[in-house]
Amino acid sequence: MKLSGIAASQGIVIGKAYRYENKPLSFEMHHNGDSAGEIERLDRAFSAVSKDIQALSEKTRLKLGADHAAIFEAHLEILKDPSLRWETLQRINDEKESAANAFSKVSQFFIDMFENMEDAYMRERAADIRDISAQVVNAICGVNLKSIESIDEEVILIAEDLTPSDTAKLDKNFVKGFATNIGGRTSHSAIMARTLEIPAIVGTNTVLQDTSDGDIIILDAVKGELFINPSPEVKAEYIKAIHEFEVQKKRRQLFAGLETLSLDGVHVELAANIGAPKDLDKVLANGAEGIGLYRTEFLYMDQLEVPSEEIQYEAYKKVLEGMGPKPVVIRTLDIGGDKKLPYLPLPDELNPFLGHRAIRLCLDRLDLFETQIRALLRASVHGNLKIMFPMIATIEEFNRAKAFVLKIKDKLKAEGIAVSENIEIGIMVEIPSTAVMAKQFAKVVDFFSIGTNDLIQYTFAADRMNEQVAYLYQPYHPALLSLIQNVIQASHEAGKWTGMCGEMAGDLIAIPLLLGLGLDEFSMSASSILQARELISGLKQSEVKALVQKALELDSNEAVKQLVEAFLENQK
Amino acid sequence: MKQLKFVIADPAGLHARPASVLAKEAGRFQSDIKVNANGRIGNLKSVLGIMSLGIQNGQTVEISVEGADEGDAIAAIESLLASEGLA
Repeated sequence: MKLSGIAASQGIVIGKAYRYENKPLSFEMHHNGDSAGEIERLDRAFSAVSKDIQALSEKTRLKLGADHAAIFEAHLEILKDPSLRWETLQRINDEKESAANAFSKVSQFFIDMFENMEDAYMRERAADIRDISAQVVNAICGVNLKSIESIDEEVILIAEDLTPSDTAKLDKNFVKGFATNIGGRTSHSAIMARTLEIPAIVGTNTVLQDTSDGDIIILDAVKGELFINPSPEVKAEYIKAIHEFEVQKKRRQLFAGLETLSLDGVHVELAANIGAPKDLDKVLANGAEGIGLYRTEFLYMDQLEVPSEEIQYEAYKKVLEGMGPKPVVIRTLDIGGDKKLPYLPLPDELNPFLGHRAIRLCLDRLDLFETQIRALLRASVHGNLKIMFPMIATIEEFNRAKAFVLKIKDKLKAEGIAVSENIEIGIMVEIPSTAVMAKQFAKVVDFFSIGTNDLIQYTFAADRMNEQVAYLYQPYHPALLSLIQNVIQASHEAGKWTGMCGEMAGDLIAIPLLLGLGLDEFSMSASSILQARELISGLKQSEVKALVQKALELDSNEAVKQLVEAFLENQK
Repeated sequence: MKQLKFVIADPAGLHARPASVLAKEAGRFQSDIKVNANGRIGNLKSVLGIMSLGIQNGQTVEISVEGADEGDAIAAIESLLASEGLA
């Protein structure tokens, strides 16, 4: 059986299912007149749960840091909330309800109230109350939950949803991955899966119902697919895929310490895309020559409120110091479109990808922008920083954003804060107007970085979230190659450089074409770098230049793809 | 009775963390402490009560304190609002 969901944290694993399900408890609805006894049971349960949460908070603080422990401090406050206890007491006294029944009803009232709120952030808080409520009711009944902590063999965890206290108990030595019925990319469980680097698929709707304990599960959290008791063929295919992956990984490891040189001695830079400072380990292990894209929106997405200047400064500093003299391109906040922040409600738009997002939003919300620019400029003295603005459509937008950066720089210097004098300021090229106007842009920007996911969707007018038009995602189409050629040529004529930070930069068919077009920097997921370096080391730029000229004369994505495949086949 | 009126100046509004900090502080005092926003009234000692008002950035909030230690309570809340950057 095959299910699909949202790949919340990438990776592929095969393992045994461990169903984590807590059925509703049964308890007496009313007591026989001993209100004082019920109240004593309630208070004993409160103090037991409070102790558990404190212990969990401390454990989380040590394991993942104070940020992640904050949620448990909030849980403690909710548990101590006088209205919870007071209303439960009233029901015990006046209605003769048992402690478990009374407390369930009171917490259900609050859960309903939060679930009905307009604000998405507040709706998610209902999960916090449900989490606490279950713990208290269990403690009243003296029942131990089926516990995540007691797992002592390698499993794939299957659940309806995972609460903050569940995820804090996950031991990645045993839990190799998880899948849940509900949740999205920004739900708590998804964020924690990425933090812990455990492959996870959320939002499958029915995985808990469809699985039994001990079932063999293939969790393909790259494609977002999950197989329950797969056929021998599928299983063999995945075992082979995982094995090949390991063998290749070893062979490619040889390229980790090398420069990226083509067979005829042309040097290009292979850089990595990252979302957080913790990604640096992988970046360095894979021998990246820089960071081509630091997506700062994750700093904003994995938080409960707008990250302060200090939090941002620390993150940027960590990345810059970690990379030493190597270049680090940090992209300013790219929010809107498919990326939303729970605490920053934005009006719904008919066409969010064509709407008020990225630099457009930042130039309107200079308060948000200023915090980030200050943090970036302060961090600039710790390494080789390059600042990049996303979604630039006109020269005026770039000029406004750059002028704002320079203004903040002057302000900082007046405050006596040191700022590097060698910060390049460039733009993402992801809007066709910008690609066409590259010659004029090249006079004012320090560099270009082509964002192919958006450039493709805007060039072919095809929403990349819409499955029905997915066939229009055509990365090798001559229309796109010609835009890319225009950008690279314009930058070189002005003595500037061009990088690429979309999926395409790490694509093995696209790489020969991009090398032929003269791309200076290829930025991709760290895990793709070694295979890209291996490929480039076997190519001659003089040959791929001729190849791309042929490709530009063709009339379709498919024709170009076949041309490159035939070329690569001949190389072997 | 002492009163305090202010405009929330946190881009995230009055969310879980600031609400729990306020409830904790309010809980230290004997006085009855109410929070009034969006035309509804909640108990400032209750983190659920505060959060249930759904207070967002830019909204006006009124806090009223009544009881033996109302003077100390209102001063403590006022300085907390300032130190947390909420008002």
